[in-house]
Amino acid sequence: MIKLKDVSYYVLDEKTNAQKEILKDINIEFKKNKITVITGHNGSGKSTLMKLLMGISKPTSGEIYYNGTNITDLSVTARANLGITMAFQQPVRFKGLTVKNLLDVASAKTTNLNDVCEYLSTVGLCAKEYINRELDGTLSGGELKRIELAMALAKGGEVFLFDEPEAGIDLWSFEELIKIFKKLKNKTIIIVSHQNKILEIADYVLLLNNIGYKMGKKDEILGKIENSKCARLSEV
Amino acid sequence: MEKIDEELLQQIADLHQVPTGSYNIRKNGKSIGSASTKEIEIVPKTNKSGIDIIVKPNVKNKSVHIPVIVTEAGFKDLVYNDFYIGDGADVFIVAGCGIHNDSTKASGHDGIHTFHIGKNSKVKYIEKHLGLGKNMGGKILNPTTNIIMEDGSEFEMETIQLGGVTSSNRLTNAKLKKDAKLIIKEKILTTDNQTATTKFKVVLVKDGASVNVISRSVAKDNSKQKFVSKIVGDANCFGHVECDGIILNNARIVSIPEIDAKNVNASLVHEAAIGKIAGEEITKLMTLGLTQTEAEDLIIKGYLN
Ligand SMILES: Nc1ncnc2c1ncn2[C@@H]1O[C@H](COP(=O)(O)OP(=O)(O)OP(=O)(O)O)[C@@H](O)[C@H]1O
Ligand SMILES: [Mg+2]
Repeated sequence: MIKLKDVSYYVLDEKTNAQKEILKDINIEFKKNKITVITGHNGSGKSTLMKLLMGISKPTSGEIYYNGTNITDLSVTARANLGITMAFQQPVRFKGLTVKNLLDVASAKTTNLNDVCEYLSTVGLCAKEYINRELDGTLSGGELKRIELAMALAKGGEVFLFDEPEAGIDLWSFEELIKIFKKLKNKTIIIVSHQNKILEIADYVLLLNNIGYKMGKKDEILGKIENSKCARLSEV
Repeated sequence: MEKIDEELLQQIADLHQVPTGSYNIRKNGKSIGSASTKEIEIVPKTNKSGIDIIVKPNVKNKSVHIPVIVTEAGFKDLVYNDFYIGDGADVFIVAGCGIHNDSTKASGHDGIHTFHIGKNSKVKYIEKHLGLGKNMGGKILNPTTNIIMEDGSEFEMETIQLGGVTSSNRLTNAKLKKDAKLIIKEKILTTDNQTATTKFKVVLVKDGASVNVISRSVAKDNSKQKFVSKIVGDANCFGHVECDGIILNNARIVSIPEIDAKNVNASLVHEAAIGKIAGEEITKLMTLGLTQTEAEDLIIKGYLN
């Protein structure tokens, strides 16, 4: 479904003025209608990879293919319209735009209370309380995170990128979150997560660390982690 | 009434028909419809152009509409409106001015409004400004608002410049007595080569007086805006000014705050932030399928709402 060919991403370290490798020579494929979970320690480049898929950042070198088409130079908007949908690790706040305004944009229609109810109840929020709330600092972290998910669901698409969707969501709702992913059956799902419960539903796992990456069937990759319990993630 | 008159009135005063209650509609310098009620009287001035709006004491939940429209190319209107709000009254006042000018000559309206706000009375005042019409012909608006607030009164003023105004120069002066409370919300959008200047001077002279000025502005293209505020605290009082601006393209916003605490018990705060739209807001909307321009427009619309 989505293929990365020799993808590297470097940034310029402002202090040393040297190039810093964030991702290097990545060759992987995210399989159609499967769940891939990306895991790895903080700063290993997980969010960076999601941004490259969405088009928010451009690779320093290499290409990205979507169903065989080279999308490396496509804008964020074009990729969104192709069917790539992303829920951010850190939801963006908007001064002056309400939850309804954003759900209208996401679903590309003027939503009514029923629509909003449907999107918000899936993520465990009561529509009436939130529909006219501004998406600003007055919402709690968990609320923002749920609304971020609701926007992704309202938009729909073929490939869903969820960056740490469980962050800030209370344990009680964890099962509900898993249900959301399971419901997106005939979609390609890529989730960044550190949580066992989310790793459990993965078909494939991509492990990133500061010396490289490893991708494969869940059991292959997770088995390795288990076998080298005392080894650090970076040594796997 | 012509179609363009209706459109202007609708946009500046939300009027779809003749308003209920007291009103005065002014077109090209003349009243084209007016009504007084026993609670709110409208009296034309005899010595100069304008009206007196007299709200009787203790009148509650009544409204008065006094919109102005200018449709004659090159017409320059000057009007003095004086409001006398009786003690204990509670009213809603809708003013505003719409200019339509398709010519190359400049049209303008200078409205000088003076409010005498009686003891313990409450006023909500909305003033929208709009310019319509193609061509270079200026649409110039220079509103002046003077507010004298007696003990325990409340005044909430909302001014909205919706766009299309070539140049505007607003002046707002207020004097607040004991426990008077003033709230000013201002929203200004400028595009092309437009200029907008807004100046506030609020003097808090007695204990318990408070003022809150919230200004949100968006400047696009080559437009320029200037925000000047001066709050003087001469008692045990509170003042807060907040000026938020978004700039795009080659636009410029200048904010000049002045807070002057003449009394040791005065507490005065000024906040100002000017900058472009946060990149991540645009990016997020683009991930939902909007183009960059659509994203910017939506953010601006929300911001000015
Ligand atoms: N513009 C930049 N300049 C310098 N360093 C950057 C830049 N962008 C990303 N990085 C660095 O790249 C690395 C990867 O960042 P990224 O956000 O992708 O990590 P992550 O795996 O998502 O981490 P986390 O688990 O904390 O979310 C980090 O070390 C980060 O500091
Ligand atoms: Mg991350």
